[in-house]
Amino acid sequence: MAGLSSSLYNLFFRKNTVMLGTVFASAFAIQMAFDSGSEKIWDGINKGRQWKDIKHRYVQAAEEE
Amino acid sequence: MLARSCLRSTRLVGPVARNAASKTASRSASTSSSTAEEAASSWKTTALGSGATAFAIGSVAWYYHLYGQNVDAMTPAEEGLHPTAYPWEHTKWSKTFDHQALRRGFQVYREVCASCHSLKRIPYRSLVGNIMTVDEAKALAEENEYDTEPNNEGEIEKRPGKLSDYLPSPYKNDEAARAANNGALPPDLSLMVKARHGGCDYIFSLLTGYPEEPPAGAVVQEGLNFNPYFPGTGIAMARVLYDDLVEYEDGTPATTSQMAKDVTEFLHWSAEPEMDDRKKMGWKVMAIGGVLFALSVWVKRYKWTPLKTRKIIYTPPGGPAKNPSSPRPSVKMNERQ
Repeated sequence: MAGLSSSLYNLFFRKNTVMLGTVFASAFAIQMAFDSGSEKIWDGINKGRQWKDIKHRYVQAAEEE
Repeated sequence: MLARSCLRSTRLVGPVARNAASKTASRSASTSSSTAEEAASSWKTTALGSGATAFAIGSVAWYYHLYGQNVDAMTPAEEGLHPTAYPWEHTKWSKTFDHQALRRGFQVYREVCASCHSLKRIPYRSLVGNIMTVDEAKALAEENEYDTEPNNEGEIEKRPGKLSDYLPSPYKNDEAARAANNGALPPDLSLMVKARHGGCDYIFSLLTGYPEEPPAGAVVQEGLNFNPYFPGTGIAMARVLYDDLVEYEDGTPATTSQMAKDVTEFLHWSAEPEMDDRKKMGWKVMAIGGVLFALSVWVKRYKWTPLKTRKIIYTPPGGPAKNPSSPRPSVKMNERQ
C-alpha cells in the first residue's frame, strides 16, 4: 500500500506540470465517462420514445423511393 | 370584570332564592349553610357561561359570514370548468416526448388545425431530428412560397420555402383572420400549452369536451358553440375532431381522444422544444451537485474537527480546577504555579 502510494506520488504528483496534466486528463476522462453513462441510462428509461429510436422507419422509407 | 360583578350580583340575589332552592341543597351537608346560595348562583353562572359561549360562536360566525368567504369576480360559468388532470407520460420528470406521437400530432395540426390556427414560431428546421427527416422537412418547406429579398430592381419575388423558413400562417394578418372567422381570432398555437391555465389538460379537455348539445338552460350566443371548459362557455371554434378524421401513417386508430392527445403533445413540444434536453441536463446537474454537496459536507466537518472536539475548562484564580474527572493540562499548570 505504501509502495503503491509512493510510486503514484512519484509518477503523477512529483512535478507540478505532470500533476496539472494528470488533472486535465482525468477531468476529460471522467467527463466522457459521466456523459456517456448518463446518456445510456436516459436512453434506457426513454426506450422507444426518442427520435433516434423511430428514425429508422422514415430514413429507410426515403431510401426505397 | 363584567363576569366578576355579575357573580357578585348573583350572590346578592342568593338569599331571596334560598327558600325556593332548599330542596336541591341537600347533597352536601358540610357546607349546608351556603348550599342554597350556591345552587342559585351556579344556575346563574351556567346561564352566563352559555350565553357567553353562544355570543362568541355567533360573533365568529358573523365575522366569517362577512369576511371569511371567497369573493369571485366571475361566476363559475365565466371561469370555465377546471380541466381533468390526466396522467401525461411526457410530463414526468424522467420522460421525453414520445416522438411518434409528436409526428402524429403534427399530422393532425397540418390536416385539421392549420386551416385556422397559425404556428408562427416553429421553423421547418426544428422539425428535423424531432418529427421528420431532413428530406421530408425540405419537401414540406418547398410546398409553400415565401418572399425573396428585393432583387436589383427592388422587386420582391416568390421562392420555394427552405428549412430556415417558418411555418406559414393561414391568414395574412389578424384582421383577415377575424374577418374570416365571424370576428373571432384563432390564436397562434406555438406557445398555447404555456399560455393557458391547465396546459395540456386544458387543451385536451377543450378538444374532447364538446357536448352533443348544450345543457338545458345554457345560453349560447349566435355563432358560438358550447364548451364547458372554455371560460365563458361560448367558444367560436366548433368541435373539429371526430373519429377517423385523419388517417395515421403508422396505423394508429384515429379516435377523437387519440388525435386530441397527439396534437396536445405536439403543441407541448412546440411550446417547449427544449424539454427533452432540459430534463436530461437537470438530472446531470443533480448528480454532480449531489457529489459536490457531499464533498462540501465532508470538508466542513474536517475543518471544524479541532473546534468541535476541544474542551474548555475554567480554572478559577487561586484554586485547583473544579472538574476532577479530567486530568487536563490546565490542572497541571495550576499545580505548577
